[in-house]
Amino acid sequence: MPAQPDGETPPADGSLPPQVAGGAADRSLSLYVHVPYCRTRCGYCDFNTYTVTELGPGASRSDYRATVAAELDLSLGVMGRAQLEPRAVSTIFFGGGTPTMLDAQELAGVLGDIRERFELDSAAEVTTEANPDTLSPAYVRALADAGFTRVSLGMQSAVPHVLRTLDRTHEAERIPEVVQWIKDAGLDVSLDLIYGTPGESLTDWHTSVEAALACRPDHISAYSLIVEPGTRMGVQVRRGELPMPDEDDLADKYELAEALLASAGFGWYEVSNWAIDEKHRCEHNLAYWRNADWWGYGPGAHSHIGGVRFWNAKHPRAWSDRLRAGRSPAVGREVLDDTTREIERLLLGARIHRGLLLDSLPESSAGLIREFQDSGLLDPAEADAGFWTPTLQGRLLADHMVRRLTDFVI
Amino acid sequence: MAPQVSDSAASRIAVAATPPELIRNFCIIAHIDHGKSTLADRMLQVTGVVQPRDMRAQYLDRMDIERERGITIKSQAVRMPWAVGDTPYALNMIDTPGHVDFTYEVSRSLAACEGALLLVDAAQGIEAQTLANLYLALENDLAIIPVLNKIDLPAAQPEKYAEELANLIGTDPDDCLRVSGKTGEGVEAVLDRLIAEVPAPEGDPEAPARAMIFDSVYDTYRGVVTYVRVVDGQLSPRDKVTMMSTQTSHELLEIGVSSPEPAPSKGLGVGEVGYLITGVKDVRQSRVGDTVTTTRNGATEALGGYRDPKPMVFSGLFPIDGSDFPVLRDALDKLKLNDAALVYEPETSVALGFGFRCGYLGLLHLEIVRERLEREFNLDLISTAPSVVYQVTMEDGTEHEVTNPSEFPDGKVREVREPMVRATVLTPSDFVGTVMELCQSKRGQMLGMDYLSEDRVELRYRLPLAEIVFDFFDQLKSRTKGYASLDYDNDGEQTANLVRVDILLHGDPVDAFSSIVHREKAYSYGVMMVGKLKELIPRQQFEVPIQAAIGSRIIARETVRAIRKDVLSKCYGGDISRKRKLLEKQKEGKKRMKMVGSVEVPQEAFIAALSTDAPTSDKK
Repeated sequence: MPAQPDGETPPADGSLPPQVAGGAADRSLSLYVHVPYCRTRCGYCDFNTYTVTELGPGASRSDYRATVAAELDLSLGVMGRAQLEPRAVSTIFFGGGTPTMLDAQELAGVLGDIRERFELDSAAEVTTEANPDTLSPAYVRALADAGFTRVSLGMQSAVPHVLRTLDRTHEAERIPEVVQWIKDAGLDVSLDLIYGTPGESLTDWHTSVEAALACRPDHISAYSLIVEPGTRMGVQVRRGELPMPDEDDLADKYELAEALLASAGFGWYEVSNWAIDEKHRCEHNLAYWRNADWWGYGPGAHSHIGGVRFWNAKHPRAWSDRLRAGRSPAVGREVLDDTTREIERLLLGARIHRGLLLDSLPESSAGLIREFQDSGLLDPAEADAGFWTPTLQGRLLADHMVRRLTDFVI
Repeated sequence: MAPQVSDSAASRIAVAATPPELIRNFCIIAHIDHGKSTLADRMLQVTGVVQPRDMRAQYLDRMDIERERGITIKSQAVRMPWAVGDTPYALNMIDTPGHVDFTYEVSRSLAACEGALLLVDAAQGIEAQTLANLYLALENDLAIIPVLNKIDLPAAQPEKYAEELANLIGTDPDDCLRVSGKTGEGVEAVLDRLIAEVPAPEGDPEAPARAMIFDSVYDTYRGVVTYVRVVDGQLSPRDKVTMMSTQTSHELLEIGVSSPEPAPSKGLGVGEVGYLITGVKDVRQSRVGDTVTTTRNGATEALGGYRDPKPMVFSGLFPIDGSDFPVLRDALDKLKLNDAALVYEPETSVALGFGFRCGYLGLLHLEIVRERLEREFNLDLISTAPSVVYQVTMEDGTEHEVTNPSEFPDGKVREVREPMVRATVLTPSDFVGTVMELCQSKRGQMLGMDYLSEDRVELRYRLPLAEIVFDFFDQLKSRTKGYASLDYDNDGEQTANLVRVDILLHGDPVDAFSSIVHREKAYSYGVMMVGKLKELIPRQQFEVPIQAAIGSRIIARETVRAIRKDVLSKCYGGDISRKRKLLEKQKEGKKRMKMVGSVEVPQEAFIAALSTDAPTSDKK
């Protein structure tokens, strides 16, 4: 994971400024739990993850649940002191790392700890990320019994040489079976794919998307590989041992994915995410993109409450030491002003299907909206209906569109 | 104890009262790095004018840039006492600039002397610039004393290079002095030899005063300090003086000698070297080569040899941050005070905004000015490719002087004339073939070739200056593994088949990239430039053709394909702050983009396109 952003130092008890309570009733509340353990570290991965499970008191896997519980208590105190009325939680997401590195009982236990302290919305979405080779039918059933509703499975690719380059240890053939266990347990399932791995041909990518579709998941995310500096893959690319992903190749693969997914009945709702229907969209991710309130637990986790972004100490030891000392694990925060919040609204909304209402945009941007339609970046029929919906070409140039659009704010 | 001048003898060489026969004026001709400053410092020490504890390495090179580059830009004169037997002498050491761009300044320094030390590194032998300055000294009838320096180096080959020097000046190899500026060995012998061999100055003490300006330096506190060599008569503190080229008169606020710190004196007599301060604030009012006389009973005829400094190389200077334009203007105004050769006028470029078209004596001068602007005034600058001055005659007889390629006239051209130089290249004989090839590819005309010694050759060529300012020097160095050296001097002009090649981005010409090249090279130049720009211009939302054209005829084309993907696929909760900051950074970056028509071109692309082949002069 790259270094945390620059920000101010939050108070030791994690207190939030009073303005976060404003308008809270109109915002949903989501929770994120970061599980920082992995069996092996993949060469491309820049997430905050550790292969050593004995990280010391409070931070090692066996103490993890208790430390998260302490953080849950702390968050309740902070929200209470900020006069935030208790709200039912609409989504929970366990990410990592590999949450399924925890025993099913532990993972279920953390969810139980949450339910002891928070009311969950009756239709709450509760997702965990999972590695195919950490799951078993019993494990999946235990998740369902504990109240999980959804599994996001790190399939990445169906092509062995691609998986090897990504350092993924699972066997591609195993995916359909694992998906079936999840479905049998009554859970929703997303397959997560990566395209643009060095050495991956267009045919390889075609194979992977088809293989994913053959499993009949209800959701697919496809992320282009980003070579991050500081990862093993980043070093290999810098040394010329692996080629840097080519932007045109990535564009080809994105277009191919859209074509295959659309013909299988999937609709995009965010540049990297497709769902079989509206109710299978990932509500948790949508909460990020709609600037809902969300609290992140675990080392390095980020939170956003009422226009304040804050983030925890990155290392599990630093995170747990703070909590054991009765302090907030948050080490940095940003209190966003109105302009910044507006920029974030635009930059997040622009990536989403109907992500912005055109009449919520600055009036001076009307010419730009027309230009985007004329140049094929915005869907004109959607625009006529008052929605910002980028075309396929527009999705590929979303950052460009955001730069232009935010010119009217800053 | 060294033969320093005793207190009793010192009165015989008092400033303003020293008989010419006790004066010796000399300079040191040497290549950069051959140890001139070290030897000069050593002389200051041996003669006792600088105490060892005050010794700063290379006392005479004052500006930082000079010290870092190991070159002398501005000369100074130092008066040193030295005794031979019982007779005290005043030695004036006149420092000379060491580079081709300052040939005229060198010639004036030489004209102020009767003798020169020809100082050559005993491990490297003579270099082209040294040779050129030696020829200048011989033309001025100076007594030449050959000196091999750095004899302490293990790689020194004094016998070999003594032979070479002896051949050049027609003397016996045994007459070459051998010194080490570093250890001080042989330095006293040099001083004795100067007194024995350099003629005493001659002049008429009764005639109206005439003194030649050989240097003029702007000092923040004192205004312009003018260094002169008195030829006839006497200058006294109460005199009012006249600069003969401009006929302007000034009060003398101070007159004195440097030893090496300035010390006011009762005046300067025949043959003496010293400084004048008149309160003028601009070196243009006190020009190198001009004659100073007294306003009352002054001379009517100036000393010969004065020349107006004439810029030979032009380039545009633009601030990278457009709001720095006023800073650049003030900075140039300040530099001008100390640089009579620098000329500039405002220029507007479609691509680069507001800046100045600047004229320089040559490439080193250009680099020094640019570096001083960046360093002393904290400016970030883009400089356009250097250009020479073309004279263009149209079919209808109108004449244009073109210093900026984008101003090269369209329409029916009858004739274009370009400035020429006479170039001397010294190279080890192994590289003669490749150097000749290079000179020919640069439209050179061979004038002659001589073996200085068995393995060193002097090649003389007539070349267009435009070819030299392009990338000649870099190529010469790379083809000869750095061994060849180059000197050149102006040599009139020639007519040539020259055309203007424009570079178009998406159909719009980019003025900063226009260039005047020989018709036969237009195609390869065009291909090279569009190829380079293709790598430098980021992909845009639309396809961008890059074309090279002569008039309306396209001679080369490349295409920057439209960008297809500009989106980061990942945007989890923890990425949002980072993503927003990236957006802010990209917006900052966009401010540094220049719009050429509808094409966004990063500043870096301009800098890279204009600088990769930009010449680098001898920075060694």
